[in-house]
Amino acid sequence: MNETGHHVRLTVNGVVREATVPGRRLLSDCLRHDLGLTGTHVGCEHGVCGACTVLLDGEPVRSCLTFAVTVDGHEITTVEGLARDGELSPVQRAFTECHALQCGFCTPGFLCTVTAFLRDNPAPTEEEALKAVAGNLCRCTGYQNILKAVHRAAEIQAEEDR
Amino acid sequence: MKPPPFGYHGPATLGEALDVLAEAGPDGKVLAGGQSLIPLLNMRLAAPAHIVDVNRVPGLDGIEAGPSGVRVGALARHAAVERSPEAAAAQPLLRQALRLVAHPVIRNRGTVVGSLVHADPAAEMPAVLALLGGSVRLASRGGEREVPASEFFTGPMESALRPGELAVSAFFPALPRRSGTAFHEVARRHGDYAVAGVAAAVTLDEDLRIAAARVACVSVGPVPVVVDVTAACGPRPAASAGWEAAAEAVRDRIDPEGDIHATADYRRHLTGVLAARALRDAASAARGEES
Repeated sequence: MNETGHHVRLTVNGVVREATVPGRRLLSDCLRHDLGLTGTHVGCEHGVCGACTVLLDGEPVRSCLTFAVTVDGHEITTVEGLARDGELSPVQRAFTECHALQCGFCTPGFLCTVTAFLRDNPAPTEEEALKAVAGNLCRCTGYQNILKAVHRAAEIQAEEDR
Repeated sequence: MKPPPFGYHGPATLGEALDVLAEAGPDGKVLAGGQSLIPLLNMRLAAPAHIVDVNRVPGLDGIEAGPSGVRVGALARHAAVERSPEAAAAQPLLRQALRLVAHPVIRNRGTVVGSLVHADPAAEMPAVLALLGGSVRLASRGGEREVPASEFFTGPMESALRPGELAVSAFFPALPRRSGTAFHEVARRHGDYAVAGVAAAVTLDEDLRIAAARVACVSVGPVPVVVDVTAACGPRPAASAGWEAAAEAVRDRIDPEGDIHATADYRRHLTGVLAARALRDAASAARGEES
């Protein structure tokens, strides 16, 4: 079957990117295959694992449950867009400091989820932090260090905002 | 795991969307939030010939709350309805139930009306609509019709939506004064569909006795099971009500099936426990409103 190509124009990490994709191209695959941004990881491809989480107009969404053509014209932030001027973001630094990753497969999804969460809730309780990451699976860490990193990132952000 | 090929349509107006749906007929499928549809496509459990993506259609994302209830447009995301103070004030059960729908990230994209049309008997939104006696507005090229919840859910994953129709909004009625609601469920993992769950609504009379009480149960039948337990509860004072008789009435009324997640007996037991809990909390909320 010859599939119709759809022209999409996305602003990814502040840069306008264009691609021609079939209607069924998942945003996750568009980012990875068409745009070469392989930082976004693809795990379960049915919305359970959270590895593919990116920010769509600032809000975290599953890129494997979104068609690229649907978000034509919108802004996407991937894990590649979290660092500023070569310096890791507070959330990225906290994950490094707290040893909140081992194999790293789930990390891009956690980083995007936590970045948006702390923007909306800069000083979360233990319970709130737990709920915030409950939609992301990690098979290595046992989550304890990820939770530490959420709170450490909140501290770093508070320090930097002072 | 990639979706099968389909013809993609991205209409810019409601009229255009209805035209495309009319032409596609039974081969057309509406895409709004996609949080149920795209997993089905990825797993190739569904293979519609035409996808009609309504995300660009203006005017479908409304959340209109008033004294009579809340009308939720087809593109209103779960998260938007959950966060709306007006919606929570007009019908608190919406926020109570939405907090249990999947994960926050899924709720950023998923839509309330999409959850209704998907008609999963394990999902929260159909139970809420059924409990409140709400309705779904269906538009087609020929006009519009408003289908009550009692006629909308026709079977597991099946609704009264006909080929060529688009569910443009749903209406969740407000409850009378001195009413309260609650939603309790048990799921094996955070964000999973519930093994059992109960939405409850209780209305008190002027003397704070139970005037009406009913529940809607998820995961125990092909559609949400609404049980009126007023006779088992009332007209006793809400403060001293024992909910065991109501739980018993619920257990008698449902006919759950067993599967790999839970036996039928366990589901029945769980539903009774959750019904008592939800009714108690709903009655507390109803008393709180009066004080």
